[in-house]
Amino acid sequence: MNALFRGEQVAELLRECGFTHVVTVPDSTLGAWETAIEESGMRLIRVCREGEAWAIAAGLYLGGARPLVMIQCTGLFESGDALRNVLHDWKLPIPSIIGYRSYLNQDTLPGDTCLAFTEPILKAWQLDYRLVKEPGDFELMAEHLRASLAAGTPGVVLVAEGKA
Amino acid sequence: MTEFRMSSLDVLRRLRAVRKDYDIVVSAMGAARDWMALGSHPRDWVFVPSSMGQATSLGLGLALARPDLRVIVLGGDGGLIMNLGSLITITAQQPANLFLLILDNGVYEVTGAQPTPASDAGREGAPPVDLAGLARASGFRAVYRFNNFDAFTQELEAMLDTRGPVFAVLEVAPVAGAPGPRSPGPAPARAREFMTALGRMDAMTRGREDAE
Repeated sequence: MNALFRGEQVAELLRECGFTHVVTVPDSTLGAWETAIEESGMRLIRVCREGEAWAIAAGLYLGGARPLVMIQCTGLFESGDALRNVLHDWKLPIPSIIGYRSYLNQDTLPGDTCLAFTEPILKAWQLDYRLVKEPGDFELMAEHLRASLAAGTPGVVLVAEGKA
Repeated sequence: MTEFRMSSLDVLRRLRAVRKDYDIVVSAMGAARDWMALGSHPRDWVFVPSSMGQATSLGLGLALARPDLRVIVLGGDGGLIMNLGSLITITAQQPANLFLLILDNGVYEVTGAQPTPASDAGREGAPPVDLAGLARASGFRAVYRFNNFDAFTQELEAMLDTRGPVFAVLEVAPVAGAPGPRSPGPAPARAREFMTALGRMDAMTRGREDAE
C-alpha cells in the first residue's frame, strides 16, 4: 500500500460530513479504504464501471441520501458523459474523491499519461478540485469536502497516488 | 426475425392504469417520449436530458434511498446494452423495490431506427442476444419476457407485487419516424420539484402504512 491517508481517517471524515453512501470502483489506494468505510456504517456500492457511479449517486441524492463518488482518474476519463449529465445538466451537487494515478511515482507505469490528462480534464469539466499530495494535506481535503457540501457544489478531492 | 406483437403506447398505457400513486417511474429515451404523451405525475422522473444507458443506474440509487417506494424504470434495449454492467451492480445490491421494464424494439429508434448490435438485424447472422437470459444470469429475482399484450396485461400487477429486483423484456414494435423525447422543462428546476414530491410522499406513505 502506498496511501497518504489511513482508511479509518478517511472513513471518520466522510461519516462526519454526513455521507450515507460511497459509490466506487477501487484502485490500489482507494480500495484500501473500503473496509473502514463499511465498518463506519456507510453503505459501499461497488459498480462495474465508473459511469454508473454518477447516475447511482444522482438517484441516491434525489431520494434524500448523501452520496460520494470515489473512483480513480481513469474512471473519471471513462465516465465523462454521466458526470456531465448529473453535475451540469441536472446540477446535482455530488462530491467526489478521485485517485490521481502515478502522481507520487511512476515505478509501475513509466510515462503514465494520467499525469498529462487528469487535471486538464477536471478543468474542462469545470470541477472545483483540490490536489492533496502529502499526509499533511488531510485538512485540505476535509475543508474542501465540508465547503462543497455547505455550498451545494460538486467539489472534487484529487488524491495523489503512488501505485496503479 | 423476431415478431414484435405489442405497441409501446399500449404497454405504457396499461402500466399507467395500475401504477400506484406512491410509485416512482423513471423513463428514458423513447420510453420517456411515450410515457410523457400519456400524462404526467409528480413522481415521474423523466430522464431527459440523460446520459444514455444510465436510467437503470439512477433507478438503483432511488431504490436504495427510498426502500419504502417502488421504483419502476422504463428504458430501451439500446440504453440497456450501453450499461449492461448495471445489471450486475443492481443484483449485488438486491433492491427489493426495483423493477426494470425494458422496451425492446431492436433499434435505436430516436436516431432513425438503426439496428442495435444485440438485435437480429445488427448481428451478421448471429442469433439475437437474450436480454432476459443476461438478467437471469446476473441474479435478478424474477425475469419476464412478454411479446403478447394479453399476457402482459394479465401478469403486470402480479409482477409489480413480486419481490425485486425484477427484470422484464417487453417486445414492442419500433415506431417509424419517431422523434426523440423533449425535455418537459429546465432540468435543475425539475430535479427540485421531484425531490419535493418525494418529500411529500414521506407523509403520504406513512399514512398508508398507518392505515395498514
